[in-house]
Amino acid sequence: MDNQYFLEMYGICKTFPGARVLNNVELKIKPGEVRALMGENGAGKSTLIKILGGIYSKDHGCGCIKINGKEVEINSVHDAMAHGISIIHQEICLAENMSVADNLFMGQEMLKKVKCFVDDKQMIKKAQQVIDSMGMDIDVRTKVGDLSIAKQQMVEICRALMYDSKLIVMDEPTSSLTQAEIEQLFAQIEKLKKSGIAIIYISHRMDEIFRIADSITVLRDGELIGTDLAANLDRDRLIAMMVGRELMEVQKTERKHELADECLVVKNLGNMKLRDINFSLRRGEILGFAGLVGAGRTELARAIFGIDRIDSGEIYINGEKVSIKNPRDAIARKIAYVPEDRKHEGLFLVHDIRYNISISILERFIKIVGVNRKKEQAILDEHREKLSIRMTSGDQKVQELSGGNQQKVLVSKWLATDPEILILDEPTRGIDVGAKAAIYRLIYDLAEQGVAIMLISSEMEEIINLSDRIIVMHEGEIAGELENRGTSESMQEEIMVLASGGRLNDER
Amino acid sequence: MMKDNRQTEKPKKNVLINNPVVRFFKNNIGILLALFVMCLALTLATDSFFDSKNLLNVLRQICINALLAFGMTFVLIIGGIDLTVGSVVGASGVAVVMLMEAGIPMVPAILLSLLFGAVIGLINGVIIATTGMPPFIVTLSLMGSIRGLAYIITDGRSVASSNSTFTSMGNGYFLGIPIPIYILVIVMIIVSTILYKTRFGRRMYAIGGNPTAARYTGINIKSITIKVYIISAVLASLAGIILASRMFSGQPTAGQGYESDAIAAAVLGGTSFTGGIGTIGGTLVGALVIGVLSNGLNLLHIPSYVQMVIKGIVIIMAVGFDIIKHGKGLQISQLLFGRQKS
Repeated sequence: MDNQYFLEMYGICKTFPGARVLNNVELKIKPGEVRALMGENGAGKSTLIKILGGIYSKDHGCGCIKINGKEVEINSVHDAMAHGISIIHQEICLAENMSVADNLFMGQEMLKKVKCFVDDKQMIKKAQQVIDSMGMDIDVRTKVGDLSIAKQQMVEICRALMYDSKLIVMDEPTSSLTQAEIEQLFAQIEKLKKSGIAIIYISHRMDEIFRIADSITVLRDGELIGTDLAANLDRDRLIAMMVGRELMEVQKTERKHELADECLVVKNLGNMKLRDINFSLRRGEILGFAGLVGAGRTELARAIFGIDRIDSGEIYINGEKVSIKNPRDAIARKIAYVPEDRKHEGLFLVHDIRYNISISILERFIKIVGVNRKKEQAILDEHREKLSIRMTSGDQKVQELSGGNQQKVLVSKWLATDPEILILDEPTRGIDVGAKAAIYRLIYDLAEQGVAIMLISSEMEEIINLSDRIIVMHEGEIAGELENRGTSESMQEEIMVLASGGRLNDER
Repeated sequence: MMKDNRQTEKPKKNVLINNPVVRFFKNNIGILLALFVMCLALTLATDSFFDSKNLLNVLRQICINALLAFGMTFVLIIGGIDLTVGSVVGASGVAVVMLMEAGIPMVPAILLSLLFGAVIGLINGVIIATTGMPPFIVTLSLMGSIRGLAYIITDGRSVASSNSTFTSMGNGYFLGIPIPIYILVIVMIIVSTILYKTRFGRRMYAIGGNPTAARYTGINIKSITIKVYIISAVLASLAGIILASRMFSGQPTAGQGYESDAIAAAVLGGTSFTGGIGTIGGTLVGALVIGVLSNGLNLLHIPSYVQMVIKGIVIIMAVGFDIIKHGKGLQISQLLFGRQKS
């Protein structure tokens, strides 16, 4: 039993239209092993997990999955569960207004002798046994919604146990937990481990990884970089494995221009998600915001743009203190925000390109009644040219465009408002190289014309190559600010250290 | 060279696509076909259908439903629904007749009645826009309240109108065409202008198409939502006044169930239940289909209870059609109706 792997995945590939996100990845786990899965955002961790959990299927005829040495097909979530694989997603998936017992037995309720009635008594008894066996102090009759987040997470783990799981995947389980709650979770993981259950643990937090993981697998750009015992690795080596040493695709162009005066100053900004944010932005400057997912970069953008409420602190635009209560106020101050999720937050997919580009500047061609079609067309032509948007005509629906062209339309929509401060949130996520290049060129041109740019990106190379200065965020705070010196390798490492909650002076 | 090429190419394309008539036929090809087949079948099956008198009668009959359906189209475009319209028809009809019987001249009475409609719309809109309660629940509840109001002020009885100028509005002819049709045409021009020629209209589509994106675009969702519900209720009020005029009386029971006909007309005409899509022309065709259907069933001497069953099935088909068009059945609909362009 000891040398037998519970799970073996060989040669796993996954191709999405236009991009290969996993290439020949291998993963082997023994019972009772805690394996950390690491990598930058977009490295392929979650894709791999989704293949394991039956949410995605791997490329046909490419690689195989073995459970206890036997090859299996996992084509649905149900298949995965039948093979003893449970995934605990980052967001909690419990019915909040049902009791703990009901949640534990959801979908496999126990029945009385007369088969059409649910046996509540028996379920409560059995559920309490499972909860007690995990050493948790929870009455199974309480509603899940009344429990703390950590306890809800424990209930999820118990549910995984109810399904007789042999392998539990935890995707960033600690992202919403307090330190004390994390300790509780780790104690449970130790127990699971002793009972022979294998665990795949996904986290960006180095300290956690080194505390609980037996071994670590690192992915980068969809490739397996390596697997090693945690004892053989240290923080530096791990970061080097994650970041890599390759040369960058993005050409660093020299920008020689004088930075003008400050146009945006943020002082002591705070709200639910942010603490004490201070920074300033100059005309013509590209300020990069690096950090992990959930570090508060998008939240900062949303606060400045008036989407989320600000509880404390001040924002100054061109030296004047402003109060931005909603996006309308922000737009009136010449701020534009290109959101991360272009489909849900940016575009009107069922409408055409013309509509999408002009919706924020209707007053330019619709006075009171009557549409000036010529002006409308001129606006469309101008932006189509600027970003070389590929389309059959302005009447093409946005949902028919490729991701890259959709992004160009979204950026155009905001450029049409002639912003002085442009916030770009992951402007190149999921788009092809050509569109990326067009957007990079545009960012440079805009900065050259004096637009101040806040660039939020999880792609290291992008941030380092484009930004004049980089602010690294960690858990809603600014972890550090770096002048871009252009030597990318050390920059990448510094950013990673700051982003994962470390301090720079610990390092060399 | 490239530029020259494009400039010579472009105007040709735009003339075609921007031509409202071409666009209208392209958008509504399926439903127009259905209307044509229905008319053809009724012409062959009955002697009385294809007769100028009957056809004008159909047009007069659809006026009430078309007015409600235009309002419903607005509300559906912003992703809402207005179930109060039937009750507003009843209450406004009662109000206008009672005001006139109390000695108020016709024009102020009509204006006051429309104002009453506006207030109902304001209440609907404010509750929906500020509390975030689902429009279905809000308007469903108020639907009962407004109907109750109509019963209270009339004590449950209908109120006869003694003003012959007023009653000729619904029953009279001008140049051989029923007067309600003129009213319908004027309203249609106004609502089309609002929808297609103003910023307000464009922003309505944004709110229904993607509320989050609309908010991020700086669109004042609350203000537009309130105004749209006011428009819907004022149109319902106008329909109620015309109906009262046609029936020579204000009846508290008038307009019961009209909301479902209005929804059916809008959805048949291509308005999406999920918001963001809808046209006035399409809705008019939808109202025509329902009008011709009722008329035809009457001419074929089909009992009214059976008609109710058939109409219900038509509404189900209309919503199913909407789902096929915008949801999973996209490929099927493309096979059947060609690619949909808005």
